[in-house]
Amino acid sequence: MHPFEFHAASNEGDAIALRTTHADARFLAGGTTLVDLMKHDVERPAHVIDINALDLARVTEEFGGIRIGAMVRNSDLAHHPLVRDRFPVLSQALLAGASPQLRNMASTGGNLLQRTRCYYFRDVASPCNKREPGSGCGALHGYNRIHAILGTSEHCIATHPSDMAVALMALDAVVHVRGARGERAIPLGQFYLLPADHPELETTLASDELIVSVHVPALDFARRSLYLKVRDRASYAFALASAAVALDMTGGTIRDARIALGGVGTVPWRARAAEEVLRGRRLESQTLQRAADAALQGAIPRGHNAFKIDLARRTLMRALARAGELS
Amino acid sequence: MCWSKTCGRFPLVQIDITLSVNGERHVLAVDPRTTLLDALRERLRLTGTKKGCDLGQCGACTVHIDGRRVLACLTLAAAVGDKEVRTVEGLAAGDALHPVQQAFLDCDGFQCGYCTPGQIMSAVALLDEPCGPNDDDVRELMSGNICRCGAYPNIVDAIQHVRSTQGTRG
Repeated sequence: MHPFEFHAASNEGDAIALRTTHADARFLAGGTTLVDLMKHDVERPAHVIDINALDLARVTEEFGGIRIGAMVRNSDLAHHPLVRDRFPVLSQALLAGASPQLRNMASTGGNLLQRTRCYYFRDVASPCNKREPGSGCGALHGYNRIHAILGTSEHCIATHPSDMAVALMALDAVVHVRGARGERAIPLGQFYLLPADHPELETTLASDELIVSVHVPALDFARRSLYLKVRDRASYAFALASAAVALDMTGGTIRDARIALGGVGTVPWRARAAEEVLRGRRLESQTLQRAADAALQGAIPRGHNAFKIDLARRTLMRALARAGELS
Repeated sequence: MCWSKTCGRFPLVQIDITLSVNGERHVLAVDPRTTLLDALRERLRLTGTKKGCDLGQCGACTVHIDGRRVLACLTLAAAVGDKEVRTVEGLAAGDALHPVQQAFLDCDGFQCGYCTPGQIMSAVALLDEPCGPNDDDVRELMSGNICRCGAYPNIVDAIQHVRSTQGTRG
């Protein structure tokens, strides 16, 4: 691990001031991504700003939705009664991720900023455009079984690893951030950047900005929602494919739907085209197949990950069928 | 001591921290890079907490901070603050083992023993977490603790034994 100077921030203003003063700095929340990557020398900040003392660990009801403080731990959020009751997809996504120890540590803000598990990104001896712009992509013609099939570019095919963010994407969450110039709200759909020509740029967050909370707006039919995750082992593994779905049903007809996919995109992948296919239709297998086709439209296999196209289609169809059976 | 090539960026500054472990307060001067795991093992000589992968993947370094199980290898010692750390050394009351420790003995919940302190710390925390009644529920909540000897069946038995005598939370 490279040497760094340690700073403990006592409040938000303090944290932002420290970050503004020190250009080469990282905020430390749960540490489950940052400390891991610092040990790999992938992250080499000169300054680490500990934000664990910040008063950002509350979940509150807001206009039928919920506001989640950035420092709310994944386990607390997953078990919060408001989340379990109104947004089961979010609770299930959180509990499908990592291990109990990691969920006790990982924060809401940190989970949104989780870095990819691409082996080439995590190995400083390999080329990686995300870690070292212009050095090339080891995964494109390398071993890429876990890599993305949606939202990729010729410069990067790294998968976004978060489960929580997939659920939040389906729920139209809004990220509230605070920086030296004040506060702003970023819809999650505009928070992540596709790799395109600049895989090193992952979000629209400015370097001095701190995530302070995430707002999940009211959505009545999210009570009929679920998260389905497919992985190499039954627990404690990243998704090969996952689906966050919510269905608004009247009789056997779908009035509205929310769909996002995980494990297959370079960003948490909202599938609006699939939602459009479902609206006004009955929940039948032909409709599910058409929705799944729409969701995977434009997917590009790169060799070892070709299986993900069919896996993601089937994962989504099963998730939708199960959601349809919920009362 | 520093093995990094870029040491020249900074003078090697040590910072003063206070760690409260198993009810005892310790004042230490540490390199900011020191993890809680290394501080426990190398500075406080509490070697019950094990270093397995040192990357947050195996669970051997599981300890409790303010009663919650976390990974000491991904926790910077400087970030612990005034929270209370509990390690496997803090479970027994004198010669009286914690019920989970006793159950691991009774059920033969280990082979080589290296992962055992982490397994036990996880299991003790699990008793206070929402967990369904079945073996599969326990397996799911113990998934962050890897046992390369494969003692899993007896580990699950040990935990279920304690839960059956103490009552379980749903």
